[in-house]
Amino acid sequence: MLTETYIRSTAAISPQKTFGNDGIPEFEEYTEVNYLKCIEPVYRDFLDPMASRRMSRLVKMGVCSALHCLKKAGIDIPDAIITGTGLGCIEDTEKFLGSVFTQEEKLLNPTPFIQSTHNTVAAAIALALKCYGYNATYTHRGFSFETAMADAMLQLAENPASNVLAGGFDELTSNSYAITRRLGLWRTHPVNTLRLLYDAGKGALPGEGVAFFLLTGKPGNENMARLDAMHTFYNPAGGAACGKQLEGFIRKAGLEPGDINLVMLGLNGDVSGDALYSEALRHAGLRTNLAAFKHLCGEYDTATSFALWLSAEILRTGAVPSQVSMGPAPGSVKNILIYNHLRGHNHALYLLSA
Amino acid sequence: MEQLIAQLKHEIIEVLNLTELTPDSIDENAPLFVEGLGLDSIDALELIVLLEKKYGLKLGTADEGKKILYSVRTMAEFIRNNNKG
Amino acid sequence: MPQRVFITGIGIISSIGLGPDAVYDALVNKHAGIGKLTLFDTEYCDVPVGQVRLTNEELMTLAVPGKKGLYSRTSLLAIIAAKQAVAMAGNEGIADSSTGLISATTTGGMDRSEVFYKDFLADNQKGRLRNVAGHDCGDGTEKIADVLGIGGPITTINTACSSSANAIMLGSRMIRQGKLKKAVAGGSDALTLFTLNGFNSLMILDRELCRPFDETRNGLNLGEGSGFVVLESEDQLMKTGKKCLAEVTGYGNACDAFHQTASSPEGYGAWLSMKTALASAGLAPADIGYINAHGTGTRNNDLSEGIAVQKIFQDGVPDISSTKTYTGHTLGASGAIEAVISIISMNRQYVFPNLRFTQQMNELAFAPVTELKAGVKMNHIMSNSFGFGGNNTTLIFSRC
Repeated sequence: MLTETYIRSTAAISPQKTFGNDGIPEFEEYTEVNYLKCIEPVYRDFLDPMASRRMSRLVKMGVCSALHCLKKAGIDIPDAIITGTGLGCIEDTEKFLGSVFTQEEKLLNPTPFIQSTHNTVAAAIALALKCYGYNATYTHRGFSFETAMADAMLQLAENPASNVLAGGFDELTSNSYAITRRLGLWRTHPVNTLRLLYDAGKGALPGEGVAFFLLTGKPGNENMARLDAMHTFYNPAGGAACGKQLEGFIRKAGLEPGDINLVMLGLNGDVSGDALYSEALRHAGLRTNLAAFKHLCGEYDTATSFALWLSAEILRTGAVPSQVSMGPAPGSVKNILIYNHLRGHNHALYLLSA
Repeated sequence: MEQLIAQLKHEIIEVLNLTELTPDSIDENAPLFVEGLGLDSIDALELIVLLEKKYGLKLGTADEGKKILYSVRTMAEFIRNNNKG
Repeated sequence: MPQRVFITGIGIISSIGLGPDAVYDALVNKHAGIGKLTLFDTEYCDVPVGQVRLTNEELMTLAVPGKKGLYSRTSLLAIIAAKQAVAMAGNEGIADSSTGLISATTTGGMDRSEVFYKDFLADNQKGRLRNVAGHDCGDGTEKIADVLGIGGPITTINTACSSSANAIMLGSRMIRQGKLKKAVAGGSDALTLFTLNGFNSLMILDRELCRPFDETRNGLNLGEGSGFVVLESEDQLMKTGKKCLAEVTGYGNACDAFHQTASSPEGYGAWLSMKTALASAGLAPADIGYINAHGTGTRNNDLSEGIAVQKIFQDGVPDISSTKTYTGHTLGASGAIEAVISIISMNRQYVFPNLRFTQQMNELAFAPVTELKAGVKMNHIMSNSFGFGGNNTTLIFSRC
C-alpha cells in the first residue's frame, strides 16, 4: 500500500509577516526595493542566547522556524530532519573566506568556518532537540528543497508511522547580492513588488526565506493538506517539453488538467523566464485559476518552500488571498498545482490537495 | 590586574558573542569550561586566537592551555606573567 | 517487494591513483599518496596533503576532452570518476527517467570562487565572474549530468564528511523503493585554501603524516579526489545479465547531536549508525569481515569511533583499518572513495593496512590491521563516514 504524505504543520520566516501568526498575514507592499529581506523574529523569545551564540542569521531563522513548526504539530522530537539549501550559510562562508585574505591566513577565528557548512542548520536543530535520527542536507540549486521533500516522502514510505521535519532556506547577503547582480540575474532598477509581475523587465527580484514542514503518513483533520505528488525535471528543451511534463505529472496522479483548481506559478518578473510558464500551461491544456508567490518572497533557490507554505495555508483555509491570485480569486480551492523553475534549468512540480 | 581582568571580560564577551552577559555577571574566579560559563572546545580555540592576536601570547601544550584558560583570573595572570598586560 | 541493490560499476581518482586498478596497485604496495601541497600558494605549504598529482588542465583533458570553459577542480574530479563508473557498468538506460544522479561535495566550486573572492574583496567590481559562477555545490553535479546524459532526477548532498556515503545511501533507498532502476552515486572534493585554513583554525591538521588509531596521533591530513558507484536494481541485473561487484545490503544514518564539530566521547552517533546499518542488513556484528573506518587521525574521532566499535563488536572486533592513511581525508568524497576501496578490498580479497601505526590507543582493546592481509574472504564489509554536525553514516557492502 502506498503511504500518503500529509503536511501536519508549517512555519515560515520570510519578507512577509509569516512568522508567529497562524495563517496568511496581510502582505507587505514594498514600493521601491532592489531585493527582499526577511522580517526576523526576536530571537531571544525563541532561542537560548548562550546556545545560539555562534549562530548566523540564517541558522537562527532555521532553528526558530523548525522549533515553531514542531510546536504547532505537537511533536517534541521528529524521527528525521531533512533540509535543502541552494547556497547554504553564505554569510559565514564569506566571513571566513574574507578573513583568510585580510589576515593573510594567520590567527583565523574558527567559528565562521564550522558554521559555514551547509548542514549547519539541520545539525543545529538536531542539537537543540537532542534528535539522533536521520539527518540530511541537499544543496542543488532549484532542486535543493525538492530533494529534501522527496527524501521525506521516501522516509514515510519506509516508516509510515514516522514524523519527518523537512525545510528549505536560503539567505541573501550584501556580497552575494552584489555578485549575483553582476551575473545579471536581477532587475537593475528598484521595483514595486505588487507590480513586479506586470511590469515586464529583464531579471528577477532577489529574496530569501525559511520554511519548515512537519510531514506525516497519518491522515486526520489536524493536517493542513495532503502532498499527492512531487516531480522534478532538468533542462527541458522548451515550452512544449515542459507542457508534456506537466500533463504527464497530472495524469500520473490520476487527474485530468481540468481537475486542477489553482496553479501556483514561480513567476519572478524576468520576462523571458516567465514566458516559459504560459507556454507550458498552454501545451498541458491547463486553463484554470493562476496564482504567483515570488513577488512576496523574491527569487532564491529554495523559494518553492515559500510556495508550499502558502499553498498549505490556502488549502487549510480554502481561500486564495487577492494579492496571490492572478485574476479574480477562485471561490473554493480543493487542490493546488505548484510549478516553479529556476532560470529554465531546474523545474519542480507539486500537487497538493485539501 | 583588576583593570586587565575587566578588559579581558569585555574581550571574552565580544569574541565569544556572549551578548546576554555583562562583565559584572562573569565571576573571574569561576571556571570558564564545563561548569561556570559552560564554554566548549570551539570557545577554547577562539580564546587561544584572542591571546595570540591581542596579547601576542602562544599557548604551549594542550595541558598548559587547560590551566591558563581555566578562569578569567588565570588568563590574566598568564598575560601579566608574560609582561603583556 | 523491495528491490535488492547491486553495484555494477566503480570509479575513483585520488592521490593514490586514477582508476580502480591504479588505486589497487598503490594499496597493495603500501604507497600512500600524502605529500607536499603544490596546488596553490599558502602559508601552510608544509602541511602534508593527499593531492591528486594532475593539473586542472590535465583533469580537463580526462574529463571533458576538447571542451572549453571553466570547470572547478571539484567538478573535473567528479566527472572523471563518474565516467569511469558508468563505463564499467555500461550506460544503457542512462537517458531514462528511471536513472538518477546523486553527487556530493563540501567544497563545490570553492577552488575557483576563492580566486574570485580575493579580487572582489579588494574592489567589488573586480574578479572574473566565470570563477564564481560555479561556486554552488550543484554546479559540478549538473556538469556530470550533462556529460553522462542522465535522464532522471539529479541532486547534490552536503553533510560534511559523510556526504558521499549519504549519496550512496540515498541512491540505494530510491532503488529499493522502486523510485529508480539505476543510480550514479558518489562525491568529490578538491583541496582549497578555504578548507586548508578552516581545518588549520580548528588545530586538527597533523604536520606529519597522519596516524589514525595510534595513541600518538595528532590530527588529520587533508586529501582530495572523487569516487562514484553505479547502483542497479535486482530486476535490472536480471534483465541485462550483468556481473555485479557488490551488493549494498545495509545503511544507517544517525545524528550524534552532541556538538557542532566534536563527536561525543562515547561515540553515540557512530554506535547508532553502525547499529542501524546492521539491522537494515539483517546481519549480526559477527558477520562483518572488515571495517573501513572513518579513522581521520584526530584525537576526538578515533576515540569516539573506537569506543563505538567496541560497544558494537565487543570481543569480536573484526579487521579494521583507516585507508585515510593512504589517501588523506578527502572530506565529502571520502564516503564514496572508501566505498570503492572497500569493494576493491572485498573482490581482491585483501585487507589493506592502517599505515604508520606504532602504539595502541590506551582506551581501546583493539588495534587496527597493520600489515597487508591477502586471501581474505570477506562476505560483508562495513564502511563508516562521520561528518561535522554529527552526521554519521554507515554503509554495508556484501559479496555478490
